[in-house]
Amino acid sequence: MNTTRDVVIVGASVAGLTTAVTLRTLGYDGRLTLIGDEPHTPYDRPPLSKQILAGTWEPDRIRLRTDEELAALDAELLFGRSATGLDVAAGRVLLDGGDSVPYGSLVIATGVNPCRLPGVELAGVHLLRTLDDALALRAAMLRGPRVAVVGAGFLGAEAAAAARGMGLEVTLIDPRPVPMRRQFGDRVGALVGELHQDHGVSVRCGTGVNQFLETDGRVTGLELTDGVKLDADLVVVAVGAAPATGWLRESGLLLTNGVECDATCRAAPGVYAAGDVASWHNSHFDAPMRLEHRLNATEQAQAVARNVLGAELPFAPVPYFWTDQYDARIQAYGIFPADADLAVLHGELDSRRFVAAYGHRGRVVGVLGWNCPRELRTLRRLVVERAPWSSIGAQECLTAAW
Amino acid sequence: MRVTLHQDKCVASGQCVLAAQEVFDQRDEDGVAVLLDDSPPAGAHDDVRHAAAVCPALAITLAES
Ligand SMILES: Cc1cc2nc3c(=O)[nH]c(=O)nc-3n(C[C@H](O)[C@H](O)[C@H](O)COP(=O)(O)OP(=O)(O)OC[C@H]3O[C@@H](n4cnc5c(N)ncnc54)[C@H](O)[C@@H]3O)c2cc1C
Ligand code: SF4
Repeated sequence: MNTTRDVVIVGASVAGLTTAVTLRTLGYDGRLTLIGDEPHTPYDRPPLSKQILAGTWEPDRIRLRTDEELAALDAELLFGRSATGLDVAAGRVLLDGGDSVPYGSLVIATGVNPCRLPGVELAGVHLLRTLDDALALRAAMLRGPRVAVVGAGFLGAEAAAAARGMGLEVTLIDPRPVPMRRQFGDRVGALVGELHQDHGVSVRCGTGVNQFLETDGRVTGLELTDGVKLDADLVVVAVGAAPATGWLRESGLLLTNGVECDATCRAAPGVYAAGDVASWHNSHFDAPMRLEHRLNATEQAQAVARNVLGAELPFAPVPYFWTDQYDARIQAYGIFPADADLAVLHGELDSRRFVAAYGHRGRVVGVLGWNCPRELRTLRRLVVERAPWSSIGAQECLTAAW
Repeated sequence: MRVTLHQDKCVASGQCVLAAQEVFDQRDEDGVAVLLDDSPPAGAHDDVRHAAAVCPALAITLAES
């Protein structure tokens, strides 16, 4: 066992908090410090673009832990404070205000920051990452604006669905030919596009944004790359996110795509990373990986807590991701390379109730379910077992019985 | 141990079933979790704790006796 008596965690959201909780659950009774720059007590993000934006849940419901549970952690909670630097040689995290905290082991869980576009500073332009972002966006949507969503990844697609749910006029814009292409490829991406069209969204995929149009500092529309000028009173920018590693720039840690770690999520002796900010080698797929998925933040944090205490085990999960748009719940296990083959294992694509497998280099690497949670869970084992792609034909016969 | 499942929070991820299939199942129509046993036997407690810890919707709460 590692004898660390002083663990500092930077980033107090899912990954950071789960690391703290798991350490205590495993019996760690040394010092524990949790540093987070948000003013709120830790909360969950997936409902922000769903129930919070739709107004069906109050913010209180998305708290990750009650006050009593936080107190029971017996940790020093530095909320509302940011880490501004890291001195690996001295084993210290530098804080805003100039003070610093020493650590025996450090866990970096600072997540990602949304990417910006020139124009985001205009009034009427919104990003969506934090609770405050979601509440501000909801308040603005209640005023009945014409909405343009820039970026048709899962976040933009969910925001568009929420805006349609409020009866607003919505345009969804992305330079790629179909929504969610980076996540799920062309075929399933096209289905997502049709879903939005059927719900009354004007889908303008294959078109980028040339510039934001404005009057007196307030957005009035967008000029698109095809020359079209689109009127909009509210623009949501959801064009991806970048690892929140600015505070580590001088640390000497490798920051190519987030904090680069080995297979055990260790970035340097005594330094680990978990959640959206962490890039590590996933030995199940023998591939480097950085995931912005809710379940991964939990599972990776649990693995890091074990490794901080000396387990030294590789973290080799089958990733899981879901998104909810209108009445569609899309869930996916595994990875979805751009050049993967696709085979339908259950249901039919056009019926919007199906499970599809993704094959890459002769193996099943991903399964995706559209409104088929139970069947998908059963078929997850194909990814766990890395089933040969050639066995998929037999699988089709098996699943035909459902 | 008493298990409470908040179905209104559940996002049908199936993680609880993967962790403890004697205690959790999923509805056919929408995959929302159902509780098969709200006071599971001692042998299942570790699996149920694991289910509660991984649930990505924080839909499972435990009262340990
Ligand atoms: C609107 C929205 C909807 C989502 N929906 C889904 C979904 O449906 N399904 C899914 O699988 N995933 C979804 N996700 C992704 C999921 O929420 C993330 O994967 C998860 O939040 C990652 O947790 P994390 O703790 O690694 O990072 P974060 O949640 O980003 O937390 C990092 C924390 O660190 C803080 N921080 C950053 N820098 C510093 C610093 N220097 N000092 C101190 N603190 C710092 C940040 O303020 C933040 O509180 C969604 C994300 C968003 C934003
Ligand atoms: S793990 Fe949680 S979200 Fe997933 S099915 Fe079970 S209760 Fe629902």
